[in-house]
Amino acid sequence: MKTSTALHIVSGKGGTGKTSVAGALAMSLAKAGSKVLLCEVEGRQGFAQLFETEPLPYEERLMARSEDGGEVYVLAIDPEAALLEYLQMYYRLGRVGRLLDKFGIIDFATTIAPGVRDVLLTGKVYEAARRRVGGARSDFVYDAVVVDAPPTGRIGRFLGVNDDVAGLAKVGPIKSQSESIMTMMRAPQTSVHLVTILEEMPVQETLDGIRELEGDGIKVGSVIVNMVRPPLLSAETMAAMESGDLDEAAVSAVLDSVSLPAGAASGLLEGGRAHIERQELQNEQHNVLESSGARLLTLPRIAGGVDVAALGELAPFLKELA
Amino acid sequence: MSEQNAGVKRVKAKTTRRPSSAPEPVRLDIDGVLADRDTSILVCCGSGGVGKTTTAAALALRAAEQGRTVCVLTIDPARRLAQALGLVELDNTPRAVRGFDASAGGSLDAMMLDMKSTFDEVIEAHASPEKAAEILSNPFYVALSSSFAGTQEYMAMEKLGQLHAHGAWDLIVVDTPPSRSALDFLDAPERLSALLDGRFIKLLLAPTKGPARLLTTGFGLVTSTLNKVLGSQVLTDMQTFVAAFDTLFGGFRERAKQTFSVLQDEQTAFFVIATAEPAALREASYFVERLAADDMPLAGVVINRVHDSRLIPITVPQAESAAARLSTGTTLERGVGELLEVHAERLTVADKENRLRERFSAAHRDVPVAAIPALAGDVHDIEGLREIGESLAH
Repeated sequence: MKTSTALHIVSGKGGTGKTSVAGALAMSLAKAGSKVLLCEVEGRQGFAQLFETEPLPYEERLMARSEDGGEVYVLAIDPEAALLEYLQMYYRLGRVGRLLDKFGIIDFATTIAPGVRDVLLTGKVYEAARRRVGGARSDFVYDAVVVDAPPTGRIGRFLGVNDDVAGLAKVGPIKSQSESIMTMMRAPQTSVHLVTILEEMPVQETLDGIRELEGDGIKVGSVIVNMVRPPLLSAETMAAMESGDLDEAAVSAVLDSVSLPAGAASGLLEGGRAHIERQELQNEQHNVLESSGARLLTLPRIAGGVDVAALGELAPFLKELA
Repeated sequence: MSEQNAGVKRVKAKTTRRPSSAPEPVRLDIDGVLADRDTSILVCCGSGGVGKTTTAAALALRAAEQGRTVCVLTIDPARRLAQALGLVELDNTPRAVRGFDASAGGSLDAMMLDMKSTFDEVIEAHASPEKAAEILSNPFYVALSSSFAGTQEYMAMEKLGQLHAHGAWDLIVVDTPPSRSALDFLDAPERLSALLDGRFIKLLLAPTKGPARLLTTGFGLVTSTLNKVLGSQVLTDMQTFVAAFDTLFGGFRERAKQTFSVLQDEQTAFFVIATAEPAALREASYFVERLAADDMPLAGVVINRVHDSRLIPITVPQAESAAARLSTGTTLERGVGELLEVHAERLTVADKENRLRERFSAAHRDVPVAAIPALAGDVHDIEGLREIGESLAH
């Protein structure tokens, strides 16, 4: 069955909930029976917090299992460990690996050398997405890899970093390795999803992100609109508020009839007007996103933030991506 | 006095503690901080998406309208907020903001940080023209100045140092970059100077001379490995870059150290910005602890976009059961039912936020807190910023 591994890269502006969305997407894929690897790359231990466990080591760890045999593994990619693993895997550099560490090169490479950190992080994702059970023609280990990627402001550089490195290193294995990674990023089984909320700045950043990625030849799969508040007032009610039929006196009278304090009327109307204003702003931003032509998926706002239980609630909304 | 106490000692003197020992948080006296002429730098930090830029702009405006000579350094403002501040281009120059009330004798300038040209300017100011040209065109410099995760933080600090040294303003308000972690702002300069002190760099500079020879046997193996992995030309570029940069870096390190010590000084006040959500408050906690550990003066925590219950004396169950009863009634009754649902939703959010805020204040008893109510719309003009300043102060 696992003849190819789908790669989902999830980015979005800070505060839009991309980590939760990446988690919900992994759950959704697992519900459809897939074996999924969920990766984080920023050393924030976001998944440990989301799944309420102790900090995760550099190790693929089973986190959830669905009724249909789907599984979610979680991996916190650590660039230093990834570098040593890479050197060991490709060059069998046991002793030199330690020497590199002694000379401070591991530290240099992973924290300071331009782009190397991102190359290692994307390289590990590449390795996991290409890993097979056995020989060259055997099945892939994972049906899907989901990455909680850096925020929209850095995503173009993160995904395109291998282009930069391929440009820096004019020959050698790093060059061909980075080229293979870039080929995978642009392949049809890879999709980049941008998470946004319906506010001006995140929407603007999303549109900029789409443009930047497409300029780099990377296609944006979908825009995931998170934390959408459902409209609570009907058109009829809004019209009645507008016309003045539903004024303070009318609201007071109805409140009185159900034994609630009539004095709450003005506060309720004020709350209603603020709700309408927020809905209008949401709609405005939704239209802006729609006019961009991107595929939109909408997730409802979960009051009080997303926890493990809420991931299951959100997962069905992402079914389309499975 | 423990380090923890040292971090908030100045703030304690400025705020009035309530006489009771109730778990009520200490109120952040914004106007007290802004009026204190000894305070010359305000730093707004916090995780991404919590409203740092807007809060920084609102604080700057309020200070200017109270008579301070203010410059606000923003990192990545929303387009309409940038327009409101008159920031139409990213040109690294502070420009006067129009539309604020100058009757108290204050002034307000704003600028947007351009990290690459800030870096370029530093190079140009400290290297000979030939050397500067060599550095500016080196591929490692290009990557470092435009994409190194941390350069933005470092350059924000550099720019702050420049503005402060300039002396034209008696208050500089800094917005910090949208980092993965709020702590990056404090850690980035250290990371960049670690680059220069690293053994690897020293070896790159003098691989074959004198007493280092013993080391270089191992180093030869290392460079040959790097050549194998990266290709020899990368190592050459790297060596050229490091050699060209070496003479500059002493100055860099010195200035970063100076700015860091300015941040520890009494003239600075940190505001930690958060929203009443678990992740943002967790980041705020880390930051509050870190500031205390580094002996940096925390003025207080600002919690943005807080929902209040608007003092409507109807509980969630009452609202929900009345809404259910009214849902089959007349147009007006259904309308009131829907308004009650709006109220119940808002109250549910407000209750959750209140619990989170209480937990935060219980963990940080001495930290003054101010809350900004959630606004229905985005802030994109001076009037909106003024309102935020008002609600911060009251």
